[in-house]
Amino acid sequence: MPEQSRTVTFKNVSKRYAGGVAAVDGVSVEVAGGSFVALVGASGSGKSTLLKTVNRLIEPSEGEVLVGGVAVGAEPVHLLRRRIGYVFQNVGLFPHMTVGENVAIGLRLAGEKDNAARIAELLDLVELPAEMAARFPDALSGGQRQRVGVARALACAPGIMLMDEPFGALDPVTRDALGKAIRALHDRLGLTTIMVTHDMAEALLLADRVLVMAGGKIVADATPRDLIAGKGGAAADALVAVPREQAHRLKELEG
Amino acid sequence: MAQAFARVPELLAQHLLLAFAALLLGLVVSLPLAILSARNKTVGRVALGLASLIQTIPSLALLALFYPILLSVSALVGGGIPALGFLPSLLALSLYAILPILRNGVTGLANLDPAVLEAADGVGMTRAQKLRLVEAPLVAPVLMAGVRTAAVWTIGAATLSTTVGQPSLGDLIFAGLQTQNWTLVLAGCAAAAGLALSADALLGLAEHGIARRKRGLVWGSLGVLLLAVLVALAPAMPSGKGTVIVGAKGFSEQYILARLIGQRLEDAGYKVEYREGLGSAVAFSALASGDIDVYVDYSGTVWTNQMKRADVPGREAIVAGVGAWCRDKYGMRMMGSLGFENVYAFAMRGDDARRLGVHSLVDLARIAPTLDLATDVEFLERPEWRSVRDTYGLRFKSAHPYQPTFMYRALASGEADVIPAFSSDGRIAADRLAVLSDPRGALPGYDAILMVSPRRANDAHFQAVLRPLIGGIRVEDMRTANYMVDRDTDKASPEAAARWLARRSGL
Repeated sequence: MPEQSRTVTFKNVSKRYAGGVAAVDGVSVEVAGGSFVALVGASGSGKSTLLKTVNRLIEPSEGEVLVGGVAVGAEPVHLLRRRIGYVFQNVGLFPHMTVGENVAIGLRLAGEKDNAARIAELLDLVELPAEMAARFPDALSGGQRQRVGVARALACAPGIMLMDEPFGALDPVTRDALGKAIRALHDRLGLTTIMVTHDMAEALLLADRVLVMAGGKIVADATPRDLIAGKGGAAADALVAVPREQAHRLKELEG
Repeated sequence: MAQAFARVPELLAQHLLLAFAALLLGLVVSLPLAILSARNKTVGRVALGLASLIQTIPSLALLALFYPILLSVSALVGGGIPALGFLPSLLALSLYAILPILRNGVTGLANLDPAVLEAADGVGMTRAQKLRLVEAPLVAPVLMAGVRTAAVWTIGAATLSTTVGQPSLGDLIFAGLQTQNWTLVLAGCAAAAGLALSADALLGLAEHGIARRKRGLVWGSLGVLLLAVLVALAPAMPSGKGTVIVGAKGFSEQYILARLIGQRLEDAGYKVEYREGLGSAVAFSALASGDIDVYVDYSGTVWTNQMKRADVPGREAIVAGVGAWCRDKYGMRMMGSLGFENVYAFAMRGDDARRLGVHSLVDLARIAPTLDLATDVEFLERPEWRSVRDTYGLRFKSAHPYQPTFMYRALASGEADVIPAFSSDGRIAADRLAVLSDPRGALPGYDAILMVSPRRANDAHFQAVLRPLIGGIRVEDMRTANYMVDRDTDKASPEAAARWLARRSGL
């Protein structure tokens, strides 16, 4: 898949709710195909809302979103979503389906049968044993569930991955392992990944580019290296200061 | 005992079919309604509100309401819609089945995990796929619990469909209540309860199967239910044109006469079914619409209730007038009087009447304000009562309606002092009641008349079988037969009393 077809472009996107509150306020930004972009900001900064305009879980009030140069509204919404992987904090595995059925749901929607080999391959991709396909979601740990969620999102070989706080509900160890796994998958499959997180450290360590949002606007747009170097501006610096200070204190403890 | 249970299989089958059809129709209506209600709050509020409102209507009233509704609908579309029997029962019971299914469906859909729904959208399901692959399977266990409730309610309420002429296990209960045959009541109750419990258990198994994802269990239990319906359906299929349906109102004389008619027809080779326990107006309309083929009515009842006549000419004039009116207006055939009268006759306990010196309705009017009146369920609403009340200026201390049998009980036990008894009732003599005369002729004659539906009005063979009944029954024999069924000990069934009456009358 050519890189341009995986480019995501926001053109003056706004989302206003009744009462005049603007969750997203005139955002224009382009995410290049193949890049790993983190959307960082406090709760209510509009980062999740912006992310969901890509797969039209939220329709913008103004502006438009393009994928590969084509407006997302140009085709039936379910077809659009099948080309875009979506992973979110609460995972939302279907409790009445086995892990295998969950992973293969996208294939099933596309009319494919005999997905056993593909299920095993997808589970392997997220470092889960193939035997797990027969289990039900309620028998899995939180980290395993999110891995299944990622495998499900990857089933139809999407060019784009949208991740909304994917590690939000996980313990730090699982979080770290899964973060690394996601980044490895991103590189290996050549995805365009947009990840929403409120954790600046995570964003700095995983992403190629960090967008900082506040009050519905993008207030900083820089590489992790530039952000650490203090080139991201005041709002970004405040967020970067926290992990930087934590890192220093940890270093002191090490002596 | 064995006799009481003899009709159980046939009625059980009818009961099961009715309840199952109602449940199915309830499902067909409430499932889409539940989905709409979950998607749109206004629809949900209105639908649930209406369903709850329906639930507050007593089931008997709901059944009764469908009779005039269907009559007017039928009139509107030019006839052809039966207002009695299966259709009104089906509709009323289906309405009853809606609430539990709808409520559980809406609750189930509203309580689905939002994350699961977001995931369904996220993977690119269409609305239909989301419903089929995610919402339906997740709501199924909750929904199934609602279906179980609906099934139990429907099976219970189906016993009341007897009153609108649909055979059900209620036939046994109503007939038993009327003739004080407690074995019959028990047979009806036990069978209905057994049916409800079995259906509930089978649906419970299916619910368990759905929740535990055991498909075999789900299909197995639903399969047994379906099989039961098919078995019940088998005898219902061939019946149709050759079957004669004999109607009866809800008191002993009517049960006996229906059997007398039925037995003659069976001897002549007809297949006979009974619709018993019908209300007066219901029985008449059922004949007019052809839902029943033949029944016995009383000339004065038709005269005052259907013809709305207030004048009271002689007995013969009333019979002739009724015959002509029924023929001209409905194309029915009134074959003639059976030979005896069953008038409303005001009666008191014999010793009371003597002590108070009451011999006629004129005497009664004098002391009525100190007396309690007990009547059958219809009497206080009938024009005869208004006529008698206004003619004699009757004002009682209180007036309570009872089932006819309990009306006699109320008089015997002193709860009431006066009743409008039936002159052909054996209990008048047995209970030593004093019958008060009607010197001003306020009550019309009530000759028992044989009524034949328009469909059979020109059926010479059919009428030839019944002709010997005309003028064939003496009032004292009818009284004895009634008493055989009504008395407290050594009771006879209506069938047995009918056979006795046939022998006694040389029929």
